[in-house]
Amino acid sequence: MNPASTAPIATAPLPGAFARFRPDGWRLIAFGVAVLVVVPLLVVFSSLLSPEEEIWAHLAEHVLPGLLLNTFWLVLGVAAGTVVLGVSLAWLAAVCEFPGRRFFAWAMLLPMALPAYVSAFVFVGLLDFTGPVQTWLREIFGANIWFPRIRSTGGVIAVMSLTLYPYVYLLAKNAFATQGKRALEAAQSLGHSRVSGFFRVALPMARPWIAGGMMLALMETLADFGTVSVFNYDTFTTAIYKAWFGLFSLSAASQLASLLIVIVFAVLLVEQLSRSRMRYTQAGKHAQDKDRIVLTRGAARLASVYCTLVLGVAFLIPVAQLALWSWQVFGQDFDSRYLEFLWHSLALSGIAALLTAACALLLAYAKRYHRDPWTAGAVRIATLGYALPGPVLAVGIFVALAWLDNFLAANLKEHLRIETGLLLQGTLLVMLPAYLVRFLAAGYHPVDSAMQRLTRSIDEASRSLGVGGMTMLRRVHLPVLRGGLLTGLVLVFMDVMKEMPITLMTRPFGWDTLAVRIFEMTSEGEWERAALPAVALVAAGLIPIFFVARHADIQR
Amino acid sequence: MQTSNADILLELDGIHHAYGDHPVVSDLSLQLARGHIGCLLGPSGCGKTTVLRLIAGFENVREGEIRINGSAVSRKGWALPPEKRQVGMVFQDYALFPHLTLADNVGFGLHRLPARDRKERVDHLLDVVGLAADHKKYPHELSGGQQQRVALARALAPQPALLLLDEPFSNLDVDLRERLSQEVREILKSQNATAILVTHDQHEAFAMADEIGVMHQGKLQQWDSAYNIYHRPANRFVADFVGRGVLLPGTVLNPREVETALGVLPCLAPEGSAAGSPVDILLRPDDIVHDDSGPLFAEVLHKAFRGADIVYTLGLDGGARVLSLVPSHHNHALGDKIGIRLDIDHVVAFPR
Repeated sequence: MNPASTAPIATAPLPGAFARFRPDGWRLIAFGVAVLVVVPLLVVFSSLLSPEEEIWAHLAEHVLPGLLLNTFWLVLGVAAGTVVLGVSLAWLAAVCEFPGRRFFAWAMLLPMALPAYVSAFVFVGLLDFTGPVQTWLREIFGANIWFPRIRSTGGVIAVMSLTLYPYVYLLAKNAFATQGKRALEAAQSLGHSRVSGFFRVALPMARPWIAGGMMLALMETLADFGTVSVFNYDTFTTAIYKAWFGLFSLSAASQLASLLIVIVFAVLLVEQLSRSRMRYTQAGKHAQDKDRIVLTRGAARLASVYCTLVLGVAFLIPVAQLALWSWQVFGQDFDSRYLEFLWHSLALSGIAALLTAACALLLAYAKRYHRDPWTAGAVRIATLGYALPGPVLAVGIFVALAWLDNFLAANLKEHLRIETGLLLQGTLLVMLPAYLVRFLAAGYHPVDSAMQRLTRSIDEASRSLGVGGMTMLRRVHLPVLRGGLLTGLVLVFMDVMKEMPITLMTRPFGWDTLAVRIFEMTSEGEWERAALPAVALVAAGLIPIFFVARHADIQR
Repeated sequence: MQTSNADILLELDGIHHAYGDHPVVSDLSLQLARGHIGCLLGPSGCGKTTVLRLIAGFENVREGEIRINGSAVSRKGWALPPEKRQVGMVFQDYALFPHLTLADNVGFGLHRLPARDRKERVDHLLDVVGLAADHKKYPHELSGGQQQRVALARALAPQPALLLLDEPFSNLDVDLRERLSQEVREILKSQNATAILVTHDQHEAFAMADEIGVMHQGKLQQWDSAYNIYHRPANRFVADFVGRGVLLPGTVLNPREVETALGVLPCLAPEGSAAGSPVDILLRPDDIVHDDSGPLFAEVLHKAFRGADIVYTLGLDGGARVLSLVPSHHNHALGDKIGIRLDIDHVVAFPR
């Protein structure tokens, strides 16, 4: 299909022009991807209709109450933690002036480069009973010294908040930068102090952004598998994994998945709501440097110390510890197996990134050519997969493909008398759709925003100058879209590198990746040996930070 | 206007267009001579932009035919693609290519020229629009007026047979609009270009165009010179849409005269109207001149000071109202009786 020569681009609403639904190539692509999101959901929910009663009774009695309680505390704690950290740092970076502000403004995003499960095993390794910190304390103060248990609810919440706060930080900073100072001045002119102005005006105005960032952080929390496994803190994701690979009950796994989805949908709903409120709440211009609140010396020093502290704990200490451990085990662990993990990670990420970017491009074109509610709805559903936790997708897509597999095998055997065995299970065909669904939004948004620059009149201008068809695609579309496509590719590539549960549950035999290796080492408590594969992930994870930093004008 | 057939560049011959079942252009015909600037004027939604898009080839006619240089480019069921028509277009939003510099934007349509000729042509055009110094800049680094001129240079570069301008000044502020519309007219004339402009602003139409077509509800109401559009409107819509004025009731005396509250006026009575039939005649503010010596007197009911002149709303004996454009040093108070006389060769009458 050649985008340049198909139907004209949808224009501003014309009466009667697009109430009708006509299937065509572009729409079919959008619907195809939307189906890919809907099918695993249907599969997972259909398991509610055919419960295996024995297992279900066991789950309901022994597993569910604990899971729900754990999930409740985790969500509550991470929500509070990310909001406190994210909002306070965002206010400092967006509205105040203190030494090091420019550096901290983008450096506070660095913790995003650390997958939460990497921070998790570093801190558990450091602070556990047998870890260097407690051992050292015991040597000095004797064996009876009290130390908080790191593998506890508080521990998980702390580690997750420290890695997920950048979601809140990014959005809140944007809100404060565009409306913070002005709102504060309005409040002050009406007789409020700065502090009361912050709580009564600036904070409520930024609420949609803060809520949006918090919901993204909570989606990550609910989807998290690696971190809670390190902490042995049972949540739905680990329970799904155990049901599948411990009890070998796919149906129990999908029943748990369906419950998790209900919780995720609640969070997703709030997130989408706050998104639409962001769209309708007007944001002004970016604040100028001269408009910033210059902190007094004491306050400025306090701000610097606070930022340094957060950055240190959330990023510098874990990275330093990773480097140290890697150096210690380098001779022993850097071998051909390590290179194989690395190769698998790179290959999988590469394939998934290309596939996802291609789908993102097709979706963006579909939306460009058809501005009807059908296509818009399909695109919206297709890009909602970011909310679906990896284990849910793994179960949903595996079950769907297994059904298709058996269907194919049986039919081929019956009609063509070919013994094929299973065609799809145990191949990349299970993983790739799961990656695609989960990371399509990351790849789609940059492509879509680049597509906004290709207005209808741009095409017409090109054609009226004698350049149409493939030549227009090459000379106009591709150069304009290139940046967005590249950003999308890189973001998806990095996301897949770090992805753990889908890879773990659906990888073909022998396809161990860096993330899988980390899971295996951490589940045996071999923290030092998990460090080497983690270093590669962190290095790769830093790349999108620079992308985000550039796009968000973060240094302003 | 005497134009031999060979001089006709663009011909629209009874064209129709519709979106779905909603007709937007119906039975529209016009001719534009080589080197002339035409203008389609009308309120928004009258179909004028659609006519432009039909000429450019972004839409296809449902009925009728469009001819450029005597050969058809669009007729029912067949259309020459836009890239083959040699029709340049300046878009309302300029549609500059964001990834290209000014020079590359202007040179975009010159891909068939050798590099040296292309550079020469680009330099020349950037010079013409006064942006030679900025040739390395990108569109987002320019002001609205500058972007507008780049869009013009880009459209002119391949020397199109016909240039289309879609509300070219609507994104600019009023001052700039006036200056640029004169500038653009001079550029077009200097390049000997044939062009059609679409606008809803009559001042822009008057400033730019040799011929103006007033459109309403998909139909061309009148295709004529600016003077005739203003003083000899073909129907009530044109009279109302273009300029100010009042419709004064009157009675046909004979085919050449009408009786009104202002006396018996020379007039071309509507075709087929018998003596005694009621009509409305159009009086522009500049048809009524202030003259202390009369012969008529009217009361000042309202005045609008406009700087160089004042528009008075005057009440005649018997209750009819007219507008009068008066130099502003003739400053009268509300309620004054002032002398007026008519300055017309003949008036236009519409059947009532």
